[in-house]
Amino acid sequence: MNASKRLDHTLPPRPNRAYSAPQMSVANHALTIPADWRDFLALTKPRVMSLVVFTGLCGMLAAPASIHPVIGFTAILCIALGAGAAGALNQWYEADLDGKMKRTQSRPLPAGRMDRQSALHFGVGVAALSVILMGLAVNYVAAGILLLSILFYVLVYTVWLKRRTPQNIVIGGAAGAFPPLIGWAAATGEIALLPVLLFGLVFLWTPPHFWALALFVKTDYANAGVPMLPVVAGERATRIQIGLYTIPMAVAAIAPWPLGLTGSLYGIVSIATTALFGLLALHVATRMADDGDAMKPEKRLFAYSISYLFILFGAVAADRIMA
Amino acid sequence: MTPEDQDLIRARQKSRARVLAVLLFAFVILVFAISIVKIQMGMPLRAQ
Repeated sequence: MNASKRLDHTLPPRPNRAYSAPQMSVANHALTIPADWRDFLALTKPRVMSLVVFTGLCGMLAAPASIHPVIGFTAILCIALGAGAAGALNQWYEADLDGKMKRTQSRPLPAGRMDRQSALHFGVGVAALSVILMGLAVNYVAAGILLLSILFYVLVYTVWLKRRTPQNIVIGGAAGAFPPLIGWAAATGEIALLPVLLFGLVFLWTPPHFWALALFVKTDYANAGVPMLPVVAGERATRIQIGLYTIPMAVAAIAPWPLGLTGSLYGIVSIATTALFGLLALHVATRMADDGDAMKPEKRLFAYSISYLFILFGAVAADRIMA
Repeated sequence: MTPEDQDLIRARQKSRARVLAVLLFAFVILVFAISIVKIQMGMPLRAQ
């Protein structure tokens, strides 16, 4: 975080919200203004982080081992820091793409409120802190998985897959699936079948979740040149894929109960919420949008998919606590 | 650079310094708490 460092923009500088145009030229202020601390916070994608932290916490609570509250808090903090660092590095690498999409063009880098080097330093520094702290304070298994998840998100998803293949979020979805494994490993120091199934659940949930989003922001992705499935394979194929991925996702969601890894509370909740997910996905899979369509079923599936994951992970933790 | 620009830069630096101070203080407290917990649990200060 270089406070008043001269910036080395590879993007065209844009007006800073803190300035009115007559006070100084855009190019001049872009060279000297230090980024606000809120912009560093925005780099960490706080909303995405909340889901990551929640699934990590539930993975920890579902583990059959007690962890001291201070160590548990540290583990969750490290997961949050690691997720934030991965988000910052993602924004550092994708600043050009973000500038082309309406949804992301107000982020600190494309909006010209921060230089890329500061974002890179911040991301690398926070990532290193999260992994080292996890290793020293919690255990090396959790630290190793945390490091793997950061590297997977940044190198495999962001750098390698995102701009090259419509399978980007299928494989890249693994990055967001690591937190329950990390939480479990933080509590027990090892990996077991239940957190692997939770990993599988998030991994298989990611494609229908993101493709529902991609269906109603298709133009944004097309303008940015991101090969999301609706852009490359068309709307029909995307809808079919949403339906198909929902099937193994449902199996992964419900499996912990018949396998005896959870109690009936989780079983009932998982069957009810997954049935609703299936109905919403089926509706999306079997319809075609007309011109000027408001895409309500797709938006509904996208919104519900977030609640779905929160409810399922909450049920895993509640099931263990009540057992 | 106008005086307004200089004021804004100073204000940004000041707010960043404050936030950093709070975070560093919280980090020190956290490391202290972790150390106490590990000592109480009879665990080594490094992970096993």
